[in-house]
This record gives sequence, structure tokens and C-alpha cells, in this order.
Amino acid sequence: MLEQILVQTVNGLVNGMVLALVASGLTLIFGIMDVVNFAHGDLVMLGGFTGAVTVAHTGNFWLGLLVASVVIGLFGALLQITTLRPLIGRDPLTTIIATFGISLVLQKYALWQFGPTAQNIPQPIAGRFELFYLQYPWYRLGAAVMAGAIIGALYLFLKFGKYGIWIRATTQDRVMAAAMGIPVPLVHTGVFAIGAAMAAASGVLFAPLAAVTQTMGFDFTLRAFIVVVVGGMGNLGGSILAALFISLLEAYASLVVSPSQAVIVSFVALILTLLFRPTGLFVPTPK
Amino acid sequence: MPRTSRTFWIAFVVVVAALAVAPLGLPEFWRKFLTEILIWGLLAMSSDILIGYTGMVSFGHSAFFGLGLYGAAAALLVLRSPNLWIALAVGLAAAALVAMFVAYFATRLRDIYFAITTLVFSQIFYVVIFTWTEVTGGENGLYFTQPPLAIPGIFSVRFSTVSLHWFVLAIVALSYLALRRITQSPFGMVLQSIRENEPRTRAIGYHVERYKIVAVLLSGLFAGLSGTLYAIQHRFAAPDFVFFTVSGEVVIYNVMGGMGTLVGPVVGAAFFLLLREGLSRFWAEYYLIPLGIAFTLMVIFMPQGLLGFLKRRVNQ
Repeated sequence: MLEQILVQTVNGLVNGMVLALVASGLTLIFGIMDVVNFAHGDLVMLGGFTGAVTVAHTGNFWLGLLVASVVIGLFGALLQITTLRPLIGRDPLTTIIATFGISLVLQKYALWQFGPTAQNIPQPIAGRFELFYLQYPWYRLGAAVMAGAIIGALYLFLKFGKYGIWIRATTQDRVMAAAMGIPVPLVHTGVFAIGAAMAAASGVLFAPLAAVTQTMGFDFTLRAFIVVVVGGMGNLGGSILAALFISLLEAYASLVVSPSQAVIVSFVALILTLLFRPTGLFVPTPK
Repeated sequence: MPRTSRTFWIAFVVVVAALAVAPLGLPEFWRKFLTEILIWGLLAMSSDILIGYTGMVSFGHSAFFGLGLYGAAAALLVLRSPNLWIALAVGLAAAALVAMFVAYFATRLRDIYFAITTLVFSQIFYVVIFTWTEVTGGENGLYFTQPPLAIPGIFSVRFSTVSLHWFVLAIVALSYLALRRITQSPFGMVLQSIRENEPRTRAIGYHVERYKIVAVLLSGLFAGLSGTLYAIQHRFAAPDFVFFTVSGEVVIYNVMGGMGTLVGPVVGAAFFLLLREGLSRFWAEYYLIPLGIAFTLMVIFMPQGLLGFLKRRVNQ
């Protein structure tokens, strides 16, 4: 039993890191422009497919990761300019409805382009190590480390990069940032592109763990929403902790019930968070 | 009678009469289709109380609809002789129970938090219904027999396609009148005032929470009613009807038709279902690509929906 719990802890942390990568893009986008991106999970899905196609043609996983991030990042920029820029200043509810429309289009586009069958990416890091009674694939740990590295890079970029400082300034005060000469609309587009690229990267990292299907987007959107709310909307560190927390909860729950029922635990976690600590679990209590 | 009110009643009678006569001239398939539009229209109207009037976007209307559907299914399966009115009552009670939970959240959460919570909440019901195979039939759903249209001790006849249409039409028309009355009453005005400016409504002295609770309960009840009607028409219940897709489509009906008009969402439902029927013959599932693009464009450029757009054009 103890061994099972430890294995589930590792599983939860691995899934949690991939989820954290998805959620940090979502929370970044929300923090800076009050956009709740309903299509975020579909960007994960499109990233997975783009990666799968690239890997199938070139055989190089890392190239797939790069191509998917760049392509979906550019696509995200296009999406932001065409559909979200006209909505700036309107209610966040309008953005959730508009991006819901986009999510419908993307999902059916993927069905049309890539077909209904699941696509797989072979694990780029072969080999397994012994984890109690299991032969645990190294790639699972690798995926978690890579997700962590990307999030770390984002953190450093936001903290020290010139454009990162622009982003933080715009998040804090849009009008003041504009007054200081920061091109705010450009920053918005850039942030959406970064968020989309991160979603795509997590799609590629996730693909060897399971498979890419055109319906997986909604699942990711839902989980990312839960994580972002539990972590506190717009709070990057909170989202990462919340992603780990939610994934661990689900991993432990699936020891008792089937995995399809285990998701209820995270649903309940969200509802309890909203009822008792609506600002988020992992943020200091507002004064 | 003031003039606008008379115009309304004339228009109402004409539309209901047209809808009542329409199935007589239609082939069987389109008769059923028309009934279905009315049922989805009722669901769309019910969500309009929240989305259009109170400004709370619910992404979880499938929970109310689904519980109405499964509630009616349970009543029809458990009773030895299926009874229409008991099915309706049980369906409504099930939906009301869910609505009470959602109402409790509604008092504490606003805007996107409400939208996300309703979405997550409806998914809980989906997962439960999908995985609890012994009771709900799981993925296969439940099949049951259609109850006869009966008043105990007086008469009992089996539904034909046309009489079922009339029955549904009567319920939907009455629901519309009730909803219209509610939204035009002082209560409805307070709801709209919450949508426009919640802090000010509170400052004036209205107990905003109570109004929201009642709004959610009403919305849930009418959504549950449409679920029970669907059960009676289709004689089966499946977890797909509790899934997010239904809630999403309800939002589409509202946006396409025009939020906050009651008639708009029904028009939106009719428009969407007809488009789907027409387009899916050529494009199978891909009809959602052009439809989704049209929907997104409408959110951006035509936030008042088809009805609002037409109204403005007529006024010009």
C-alpha cells in the first residue's frame, strides 16, 4: 500500500508539472488582459498534433517540440489579433464566450485535418528504472523536468527580461504602462502567443504519456480552469502549486476509485476553494 | 388595453396558432423536428433569465436539463404504469434539487467564477451519471416507454406525433408567458438592475443574494421542464445530454438569438438547429467549423444577437 502511494505521488507530480505548464499560460493570459481562454485546451491538442506530425516526418522529438511551440505560438498571436483584440475592455464573460466559439472551431478543424484516431509520439527517452514493483519510464520524469524548465525559463524571463518587465508592468497597470511608452496591444498579443506556445509545448510533452485525440482539449481546459482558480486567478506561483496539488489529489483518489471518477475530487476541490477561500488556496490572505 | 400590449397578444396568438397548425402540413420527420426546436427553445429561454437578465453566464445548464431528463426517466421506469404527470413532477424535483446547490454558489460567486463553477458542477453530474452504470445505465443510457396523455379517471390516450407537439407547444407557450411576466415584473427589473450594476442595486437596499437565488431556481426549474419534455418525446436518456456540449449549445442559442429577450434564444435555437440539420447533411460534424466562426463573429460584432440586430435595422 505504501509503495502504491509513493508511485501515485510520482505519477501525480509528473502529471502536475505538465498541467502546471498548461495552467501557467492560461493564468498569464488572464492576469494581463482579463481573458479567460476557453480554447486553451484546444491549443494543447493542436500542439500535440503538430508535434506528432513533425515527429512522424522528421523522427526528431525535440524538433517536434520546437516546431509545435513556434507554429501554435504564431497561431495564438493571429487568434489574439483577430478575435480578442476587438474585445479588449469588454466583460471577461464576453471573452469566455468568444473563445468558446474558437474552441468549437479548433476541435472540429483537428478532426477534419488529423482524423478521429488517436495519434502517438514515441517516447524520446528510452529506458526505464525500477520503482518498487514497477518499471518506471525515464521519459515520465523527463517530461516533468522539461515542463519545470520551461516554467522556470518563463519566470526568469518575466523577472529579468526587458520584455518580461514590460509584461509585468502591463499586468499591474495597463494605462500607466501605456503612458510609459510600452506598446500595450503588442504586449497583449505577445503574451497570448507565449501562452499558446506553452500550451503547445505541454501538448507535445504529454503526447508520449498518453495519446493525442481531437476531444482532449475540453478536458485540459477544464483542468486548467480548476488549477487557475484554485491557485488564484492570475497568480503564476499559485497555479503551479495548485496544479501539483490537484494532480496529487487525483492520483491518490484513483487508488480508491476508477480514474474516470477520480476527477470528481478535483471538481470538489475547486468548489470548496471557491466557497471558503475564493482568492485562491496558494496566495497570501488579502488584507 | 395599451397598443403595445395588444400588438404583443396578437403576435403571440398568431405565432402559437402557426406553430400549432404547422405539423399538419409537415412530413413526419419535420413534425418531430419542430417539437424538438420547441423543447430546446424552452431550455434556451430558461437560461436567458440568468445570462440575459441577471448577467450570470451559466455554462452548466446541461445539469438541470439532464437531471430533468433522468428524473423523468426514473419515474417512468420505476412506476408500473407510466404516468405523465408524475414523470414531470419527479423531473422538476430533480432539477430543483440541483438548482438549489447552484443557487447557493450563485450568492457567493460572480462573473467568470460563476461560469466556471457551473461548468465544473455540471461535469460532476456527467461523471456520476456516466460511471454509475447500475443505476443510470452508464454510457448506454436508459430506455423507457412513453406515458399516455391522461387525466386519471377521465381519459387516457396515447401520444401521436401531432398531439405530442401540441402538448409541448402548450407547455412551452405557457412557460413563455410565465417567464415574460416574471421578467417584466418588479422582480425582473431588480434582476436587470443586478446585471447593470450590482453594487448599486445592493446600495439601494435590495437583497441581491435572494434575488439571485430565485433567479437560479427559476432558471433551473424551466430547464428541468425542458429535460422532462425531451424524455417524453424521445423515450431515452443518455449521459451525452448532461455533458458540456448541451450547455455550450444553450449559450450559442442565447448569443445567436439575442440575450435578454426571451424570444431571441428560441429563435437562436431554431436557427442553430436548422443550420445544423442543413449543414450536417453535407459536412457531417464539420458544420461546427463555419458555425463556430459565425458564432465568434457574432459575439464580437453583433452582441445583441439576430433579434436585436433585426430590431435595430427595422427601427432605422
